[in-house]
Amino acid sequence: MASAEGQQHPLGIYYKIWILLFVLSGFSYAVDYYNVQGAMRWTLVITFMFLKAGFIVAIFMHAVWERMALVLTILGPPTVLLLFIGLMSIEGIYTEELRFAYMGHDRDAVALTPADLHGEEGGHGGEEEH
Amino acid sequence: MSEATVNEVGPHDGVTGLVDDWAADKQAYHVPWGKAMMWIFLVSDTFIFSCFLIGYLNVRITTTEPWPVQSEIFALSFGGDPIPLILIAIMTFILITSSGTMALAVNFGYRKDKAKTFWLICATAAFGASFVGMQAFEWSKLIIDEGVRPWGNPFGAPQFGSVFFMVTGFHGLHVSAGVIYLLWVAFRVKKGYYDEKGFEIVEIAGLYWHFVDLVWVFIFAFFYLL
Repeated sequence: MASAEGQQHPLGIYYKIWILLFVLSGFSYAVDYYNVQGAMRWTLVITFMFLKAGFIVAIFMHAVWERMALVLTILGPPTVLLLFIGLMSIEGIYTEELRFAYMGHDRDAVALTPADLHGEEGGHGGEEEH
Repeated sequence: MSEATVNEVGPHDGVTGLVDDWAADKQAYHVPWGKAMMWIFLVSDTFIFSCFLIGYLNVRITTTEPWPVQSEIFALSFGGDPIPLILIAIMTFILITSSGTMALAVNFGYRKDKAKTFWLICATAAFGASFVGMQAFEWSKLIIDEGVRPWGNPFGAPQFGSVFFMVTGFHGLHVSAGVIYLLWVAFRVKKGYYDEKGFEIVEIAGLYWHFVDLVWVFIFAFFYLL
């Protein structure tokens, strides 16, 4: 296998993935630039994020060409993080609801922006809150 | 005689068997040991960064104060209207560029093209250093101009500052360490230190560098975009 004498692959695939990563980053930035909001923003940003992460690990870090024993060692343990993320989300939402319900916090509070603070025109506190 | 042989190679019972089963000369990973160890390190580092990001997720959900609007805070003006998140976008592209040059360096390393490998690693390190420079600029802008502190800021939830300095600071530390590591490897490539040993070290250093880029992909998405 490739692992035995190191990972040697044609240069072309690196250039292709490199360009692809640029394009995907451009798309991610475009989501913010064109001010896409709500569920669409989350879907797009997370899709582009996983595509980029996948290509970096698979091609640049050569995971697709490694033996399964090594690949599972790398990718297996981090999957438990999904459970951790799920638990902390549930716990976080519960805590937040308690604070709204019993501590009188304002549900509709709006963040300030640099424009609000520096007194520039066009300050619009938190219209883009998400 | 056959009995003796069975006793020697056959599985033992009890504690001796336990030790044999786990400590016998079995090779799980058919890669250079340095590469396996780098992967183990990166997996453990994944857990550290994940703890930070999950901590961020938790404070972001639990805080009832509004979260500051990142795209306006990280906007930068080049004479005209501020362009949202532009510096972060440039930093993202720089890090991807450096990942590309690193991937090429690994490839030329295995082709034993030392000159190209040396210069590509140096280019990677230079991109990394410029990334850290921009991060320093961003930090000073936030600290001095906007008054963001780890314990509070003028925009909204005070956790914003804590998360920002901790997560980007820890990532910046990784980039800085990576630049030093890469320059060290580049220097040794040039000196011919790996001519006999082989150029796996370039791939191992590359793994670390791609990992730093990988972490940035997640920080860019979760901290700056969402």
